[in-house]
Amino acid sequence: MDLIKASLAEISQAVRTKKISALEVTKFFLERSKKLNPTLNAFICFDETAELQATAIDQKIYQGENPGPLAGVPWGIKDMFCTKGLKTTAASKILENFIPPYDATVVSQLKKNGAVILGKLNQDEFAMGSSNENSYFGAVKNPWNLNCVPGGSSGGSAAALATRMVPASTGTDTGGSIRQPANFCGVVGIKPTYGRISRYGIIAYASSLDQAGPLTNSVTDAALALELMCGKDMKDATCSSQPVPEWSKNLNSSMKSVRVGVLKEYMQDGGLHADVQKTVEKSLSELKALGAEIIEVSVPLTKYAVPMYYLIAASEASSNLSRYDGVRYGHRSNFQSLANLELGEFYSKTRGEGFGEEVKRRIMLGTYCLSSGYYEAYYNKAGQVRRLLRDQFIAAFNQCDVILSPVTAAPAFQLQERISDPLQMYLNDIFTVSTNLAGLPGMSVPFGFSEKKLPIGIQLMAAHFQEQKMLNVGLALESISGMKGLVANV
Amino acid sequence: MPDTKTSKLSTTEITHIAKLARLDLSANETTNYSLQLSKALDYFEQISQVETLGIVPLVTPTEIENILRKDEVYKELSSEEILKNAPHKTGHLFTVPPVV
Repeated sequence: MDLIKASLAEISQAVRTKKISALEVTKFFLERSKKLNPTLNAFICFDETAELQATAIDQKIYQGENPGPLAGVPWGIKDMFCTKGLKTTAASKILENFIPPYDATVVSQLKKNGAVILGKLNQDEFAMGSSNENSYFGAVKNPWNLNCVPGGSSGGSAAALATRMVPASTGTDTGGSIRQPANFCGVVGIKPTYGRISRYGIIAYASSLDQAGPLTNSVTDAALALELMCGKDMKDATCSSQPVPEWSKNLNSSMKSVRVGVLKEYMQDGGLHADVQKTVEKSLSELKALGAEIIEVSVPLTKYAVPMYYLIAASEASSNLSRYDGVRYGHRSNFQSLANLELGEFYSKTRGEGFGEEVKRRIMLGTYCLSSGYYEAYYNKAGQVRRLLRDQFIAAFNQCDVILSPVTAAPAFQLQERISDPLQMYLNDIFTVSTNLAGLPGMSVPFGFSEKKLPIGIQLMAAHFQEQKMLNVGLALESISGMKGLVANV
Repeated sequence: MPDTKTSKLSTTEITHIAKLARLDLSANETTNYSLQLSKALDYFEQISQVETLGIVPLVTPTEIENILRKDEVYKELSSEEILKNAPHKTGHLFTVPPVV
């Protein structure tokens, strides 16, 4: 069996019918990952128990049990997800040696369905970044061009997948952190509706925006992975009790009478790279040829999405990251003696050393925006505009089934190109942050290459809890893109 | 929204925010953040152009209801497991500087 080309369902089926053992599958991907990792830096660490996990799956099968729809499928886990007994760092010095005593709900769901955890994937520190250059463990490289960024913050998840170090990986998306690296690396990435996936055990960045999701090699894999990750969880009060449909079984690429919305605001501003412009136009004309109706829609407040997003994200981050105090877990400064130490100094020194530059910048911004006298004008105001933005999106989805847009204005940029100007870096997220603010599902599907041979994806968004519509259009795009199954050679 | 001209954060203000955030900053960081945060705040201020009178701020983007559960005792992590990650401990306690 060609493990590089196989779908998640095919790998699992082969393992369950004993055509190949889970151990053989795990060994194959582990060996491949360890060979490629020095070039890409996609993994922060490997799970030493991976082969044991695989053997346990094989034993279950030999005892006549069904280990589940992911039987023996190795997964890479973004280092934002707590993994019991396995180091979880959020790519930060402050959590460099943190070993969680429990699994995130997503991780236990994957394990329950037969997945093997291969290791932890690199990312921007605390998921704050769009280039993966903010990792304490060094930048990840884009496998299509080693001088380019893989995107962020789930850069390791996307790079590992594009080179088939793993057949699937997890990501988190606060403002585009799944869709943007998926776009830069030529893989499928999904952020479902806010609340679809439990946030329990995922290191918190901005709680009202954070949502997990899968990165995969195909839309069909994504649909399956997503439905296994979603579902109500008593450990996360914001987790939705909406039933989780069997998206993978209901995939339908027929575009007859499907209404595809195009956001006026996203297309008229200019600033799109010519190759991205061409790719988006091609996707629209192809969908039209398949029977879809293309409709122009308008969400005027998307104009304010980036400032609103960074204000809210930084504010919530400053609050969430106050837990890193050097007391219960994580980095603590090396103090000679605690006896005469002032508590404030203890915290400040520990946190000043433990957090990286971008994380500190966002904590500072957020602290300011939440501080007395400024809360009303900043966080509160942003929340009000956020409600109006969400309502405009709801109205737009009365006119169309999905909204199609670029994921980013240009293909992957060079390493070091934007790191010195934070505001410029924030503008990378112009097309992705709105779905997080409005809580909508969004995905990135590879659809072409730039002249310089860098992947370009298409973003699809749908109304709350309408993931199926988005997946269906994604499948249609995938079937005409010629991108499915492409592997980046490094 | 504060006046754009006065929103520029001086290094003294940066030092004050850093104190609130419990972050030690180097002199270099203080200077950089003074410039960068001022720029970011100026950028944020465009949202003040949106009329929001009487609008309730949105926090959770999808509708959620209050979730209640039975008040039952069940076994969670042991104190040994919790203390495993402590950078410093004494017996069954976390060690901290004097707080009173």
